Amino acid sequence: MSEINAIGADSVGIVTPKTAHFNASFTLKSGGVLPVFDLTYETYGELNTEKSNAVLICHALSGTHHVAGRYTPEDKYAGWWDNLIGPNKPLDTNKFFVIGVNNLGGCHGSTGPASIDPVTSKPFGASFPIVTVEDWVKSQAMLADYLGIDAFAAVVGGSLGGMQALQWSMAYPERIKHALVIASSPNLTAQNMAFNEVARQAITTDPEFHGGDYYAHNVVPTRGLRIARMLGHITYLSDDAMGAKFGRKLKDTIKYSFDVEFEMESYLRYQADKFAGEFDANTYLRMTRALDYFDPATAFDGDLSAALDKVTAKFLVISFTSDWRFSPERSREIVKALLDNELPVKYAEVTAAHGHDAFLMPDEHYHAILRSYLSKIEV
Amino acid sequence: MSNSLYRQDFAIIASWLAFGSKALDLGCGDGSLLSYLRDGLEVKGYGVEKDDTNWLAAMQNDVDVIQMDLEAGLSEFENNSFDTVILSQTLQAMHNTEDIVKEMLRVGREAIVTFPNFGYWRNRLQIMTGNMPVSEDLPYEWYNTPNVHLCTIHDFDQLCAGNNIAIIERKVITNGHEVTLMPNWFGNLAMYRLKCAD
Repeated sequence: MSEINAIGADSVGIVTPKTAHFNASFTLKSGGVLPVFDLTYETYGELNTEKSNAVLICHALSGTHHVAGRYTPEDKYAGWWDNLIGPNKPLDTNKFFVIGVNNLGGCHGSTGPASIDPVTSKPFGASFPIVTVEDWVKSQAMLADYLGIDAFAAVVGGSLGGMQALQWSMAYPERIKHALVIASSPNLTAQNMAFNEVARQAITTDPEFHGGDYYAHNVVPTRGLRIARMLGHITYLSDDAMGAKFGRKLKDTIKYSFDVEFEMESYLRYQADKFAGEFDANTYLRMTRALDYFDPATAFDGDLSAALDKVTAKFLVISFTSDWRFSPERSREIVKALLDNELPVKYAEVTAAHGHDAFLMPDEHYHAILRSYLSKIEV
Repeated sequence: MSNSLYRQDFAIIASWLAFGSKALDLGCGDGSLLSYLRDGLEVKGYGVEKDDTNWLAAMQNDVDVIQMDLEAGLSEFENNSFDTVILSQTLQAMHNTEDIVKEMLRVGREAIVTFPNFGYWRNRLQIMTGNMPVSEDLPYEWYNTPNVHLCTIHDFDQLCAGNNIAIIERKVITNGHEVTLMPNWFGNLAMYRLKCAD
């Protein structure tokens, strides 16, 4: 989340989340069924009369529907991609109607593990099904129907959000004009999945996890969630970025203890506490699993080019040089598959020090690319 | 590089491409060649460009541009996936010169290579008077030039012969005019249309 003190003229201003209720059962790829479900979303800008200017923002692991703006004038934090979205910003809300949506299984309003199961009148907890990228895209398409949008001018996402943009292009080729796939990958590497497994183990082995039904015990597996977040946070930064930010700086003088000695430790603990206080562990488990399972090439004997056979969208693919969790090589696999299909694609490898998190930073060249690309989209 | 020469260069390349064909421009700069080929011949083009500023300019020209370093090869591109692969005035700045020419003919059915002819008489004159050549086409001093593999027309002919590459056509131009008399002396821009020898 970005922190700015005043709401500027380039802010979407004060925003209010909305909820769409879907009164029909939804069968997930895992076989699980949700009898009814809600999607919480926000919108910025105005939908034009042709309904041709809608842009969907897909969030990553810990993101939400709160992409831009603030909830109150005193709100300390703006939405998580506020530096990108607003009047005259690279994703210009004077031109586009932008939608942020909380994914199914989330913990910020859309139906998720902490929601009340209408069948039992208790929180779903462990019984909430496994959700996949395919399920999210399907539910997002239902939200588009609900809002009267036939086709998106663009679907935009970073990391796990980029996987959703890619999935959109395959699942609904006629409903997406442009896909902006940023700091993403056509699937996770073994190393990347290994980080997810450690994060899940931290949560599921927390004595307060109770097999996922911790709500009934009025406890939260805070310890596990904290460790999961710390691990994730390290992998989202580069060695250089951590070095530049903290180096070996001490908090005070060395005490020869296991308390916070270095600035880096203080930062990690702060991030962990903040996250554990607002994020649901069951959601974290499911988001990491959605990442693990995404692999559109598997249905085509590992041939990603074949998986993209029906795609018609134009692509902007961006990677960041210091991103070792979703490395440029992985983005280039997407680019190669697009080239094999002779699809329009522009690919930028942005020199950036911030690692995976670079996709959320307002780097000048990166934003110039987005501004230029988005300005050329006809609505 | 003067503008008139630049257009002449483009026009010759365009004459070697079929209408609606598929071209890959390596080191595409701001994408002006691909824009020219798209607008004039409906060529379906992709560009490769390493430099951020050029990349952004190419994108602003609506060119499908891939940011990567040519020195690493063309592994993103399948065999024979393009009608023509173009390397326009970039050869002399490549380290893996021989490899890139071979890669071009793996990816493309034909290749177009253009480069400043080091054998041009003005260059020879400057060498004879004791200095490395500096000119409009070779605007760098020896100590800051990106050009690491300058060659003459004879040299490039030998590279082709040694790599089983057939020269379909060769044009040599100076100040926008074609040179037919002693081109290795009087031509300052060499343009080759190539394919694999049978």
